[in-house]
Amino acid sequence: MRHYRIALAGNPNTGKSTLFNELTGLRQHTGNWPGKTVLHAEGSFSYQGNSYTLIDLPGTYSLFSNSADEEVARDYIIFEKPDATIVVLDATSLERNMNLALQVLEMTEQVIICINLMDEARKIGIQIDEKKIASRLGVPVIKMAARNGEGIDLLLKTLHQLVTGKISPQPLTIQYSKEIEEKIDELIPHIQNLIGNSYPTRWIALRLLDGDESFVQLLKEKYSKGKLQFNPIRFPSKHAN
Amino acid sequence: MVADSKGAFPLCDAQIGDSVRITQLCIEGAMRLRLLDLGFIPGAIIKVLQKSPLGDPMAFRVSQTTIALRKEESSQILVEKLGDE
Amino acid sequence: MVDSIEKLIQYSQSLRKPNIRDEIVTQIYQTTRSICQDSVIYPKTETNRSEKLDQILTSPIWGFPIMFAMLGVVIYLTIWGANVPSEALANLFGIGENYLTAAFQALGAPSWLHGLLVLGLYRGTSWVVSVMLPPMAIFFPMFALLENFGYLPRVAFNMDRLFKSSGAHGKQALTMAMGFGCNAAAIISTRIIESPRERMLAILTNNFVPCNGRWPTLILLASLFMAAGFATGVQSIVTTLVVMGIVLLGIMVTLLVSWILSKTALKGIPTRYTLELPPYRQPKFLNTIFRATVDKSLFVLKRAIIVAAPAGLITWILANIMIGEQSILQHITLFLDPFGKALGLDGFILMAFILGLPANEIVMPILLMGYLATGAMTEVDNMVELKKIFVDHGWTWLTALNMMLFSLLHYPCGTTIFTIYKETKSVKWTILSAVIPTAIAITVTFITAHVVRGLGLV
Ligand SMILES: Nc1nc2c(ncn2[C@@H]2O[C@H](COP(=O)(O)OP(=O)(O)OP(=O)(O)O)[C@@H](O)[C@H]2O)c(=O)[nH]1
Ligand SMILES: [Mg+2]
Repeated sequence: MRHYRIALAGNPNTGKSTLFNELTGLRQHTGNWPGKTVLHAEGSFSYQGNSYTLIDLPGTYSLFSNSADEEVARDYIIFEKPDATIVVLDATSLERNMNLALQVLEMTEQVIICINLMDEARKIGIQIDEKKIASRLGVPVIKMAARNGEGIDLLLKTLHQLVTGKISPQPLTIQYSKEIEEKIDELIPHIQNLIGNSYPTRWIALRLLDGDESFVQLLKEKYSKGKLQFNPIRFPSKHAN
Repeated sequence: MVADSKGAFPLCDAQIGDSVRITQLCIEGAMRLRLLDLGFIPGAIIKVLQKSPLGDPMAFRVSQTTIALRKEESSQILVEKLGDE
Repeated sequence: MVDSIEKLIQYSQSLRKPNIRDEIVTQIYQTTRSICQDSVIYPKTETNRSEKLDQILTSPIWGFPIMFAMLGVVIYLTIWGANVPSEALANLFGIGENYLTAAFQALGAPSWLHGLLVLGLYRGTSWVVSVMLPPMAIFFPMFALLENFGYLPRVAFNMDRLFKSSGAHGKQALTMAMGFGCNAAAIISTRIIESPRERMLAILTNNFVPCNGRWPTLILLASLFMAAGFATGVQSIVTTLVVMGIVLLGIMVTLLVSWILSKTALKGIPTRYTLELPPYRQPKFLNTIFRATVDKSLFVLKRAIIVAAPAGLITWILANIMIGEQSILQHITLFLDPFGKALGLDGFILMAFILGLPANEIVMPILLMGYLATGAMTEVDNMVELKKIFVDHGWTWLTALNMMLFSLLHYPCGTTIFTIYKETKSVKWTILSAVIPTAIAITVTFITAHVVRGLGLV
């Protein structure tokens, strides 16, 4: 029996807490307005002999640390390194929602995408080809309606396969302009040299270029406390495929 | 659909029901970043939905979601009109 | 050579260029757009139901009237629906008490023990349960339905301008809505407000929204004293209007206090924010009702047991230990009486509010226990009897009005004060969060009492 930690990320109001409640049997506050989950909540469940701790992160529009919530969510994914991150998307506004998924894919490859609120999407006639999305994103994509329990079984099965290594994700790498890519390539060796490969180097390079002050500060602190030891493999730095 | 702009104007001056295209964001700092996250990016098409009963804020359709902005923000987003499509 | 993190940061600074974020975000958006274009089929004619609904629910003409109407309907149904189950519960507890008393007598238990356990503890708890539970079990499912439907963000959208001009954050409307349930929980929900200044405003004023523990007091007093003169059919409506008036007054005080604070101790201009209006979603009717009812009932029962039971006990003890001719309770109330009278209240009421600090739910039961010569509550299973107790102690509609005002405006309950301390980590602001409302409560009731008496209205 093994233990895994799973984080729930996503835009506000996409049904993360509903899914959390569904999986853990707990009763986090849910309701149709953005920003209900303000406290870090944890719950647990077991599946096929393994136990899981689920972390309900606050909903965020991005993970660029524009706000305290976003920092909490980002720091969790980067520094606590959950065994998998479930990104919950709203099927009725996939375009905006998927941005966050792409940002998570830049940070970790252990990702499952849940397209939630499928019942609402069907009601207004939106059709989604999740296989195509999965092949583009390179990680499992599951359609669900958490409130009705739809898709939960498949999620659990996929989660099991992901954490036990039966699925190996090939996440999409976003290509930026030639100029940015060159700068990223310049920075990556230095980052690897300093802190090894245990953190997503391409993502760190982007944050450095972006001048994300709060993250750079944190990186400095953690580094000086010796928390970022050289710790090879696990996050192979991703280059363009 | 490129050259038909009659010049850029602030989003807050758009009429209810209009569809407009963002040409420029004149906001800096955290608000700019938040607006970018929400889909208020140059080139994006915005539909003006309605005003609050007290006149401000205004609700906009952007990137398949509805977002309300106060005049302080919407006056700093420059847009151009789209023809009736 | 980049051999330290400082150098890495310096080096990356040299590579930076302005607004690189725009480029990053735009690139991400383009990628998602291309993925969605490939794999999502949107309906050809987009009929957006939410937009249509918003044109009514947030329209210039109907936005506010609908908001008031919703508030009114929810309060009305609560008042109307709670009557019968409240009386049924009270009767049930009355029967239970008879059995308990018989059991005590059969066992030959001393009368002080019977007084302590049955007249103090049991009655205190059963009163809270029978008066609190039914309205809460009706109010909160309705509230949860509105919340799951998606109405709360529309309230924030409608009222934004009011909050902005009082210097507060627009999301304060959402934290206030949480306050209807429980002020302590609402204090935690103010975390959605990023700016510390505006978060403090939201924390300091949240108390002006009547919570769970105060609704029943407001409803009870409004129906006993304000609606009594009206025909049976319209009584619930009158009660509703009075309670609504109290809620609206609370909102006005919130805006006013926010305005004053943001011009003085918490100077600053409102920060910028964006408000998402999610599409309306049809709630899962039965599920939502069931959950809200069960959750709220458990909440009320828990409070009743951990706060009301000990309070009943303590009140009974205070009322039965004599110092000289009078009980401790009487000493306290006599001491408080002159001040209470100046506020249009009396010593008993003030004592009930003071002993009720742990939880607003217990203010009423303590008051009733205090009024009864024996020091225990009578079995009050009908409204006429209840009103008689008040009237016998010199109550008029002014006393009822001022008690409602005091209940709305006074210091937050113990749990809330503790939560405020935990969230602000500041002794100063925690104290102010109790002092400001109390000062307002005293001022308002004092003025009301003197104006009403001065005009000879009572
Ligand atoms: N129709 C439908 N509604 C759903 C589904 N999942 C969640 N909801 C509703 O969507 C609303 C938001 O759900 P939450 O679970 O509170 O969302 P969240 O992501 O935790 O939100 P934040 O904590 O505010 O970020 C609630 O009213 C849910 O009842 C679903 O699959 N179908
Ligand atoms: Mg949540």
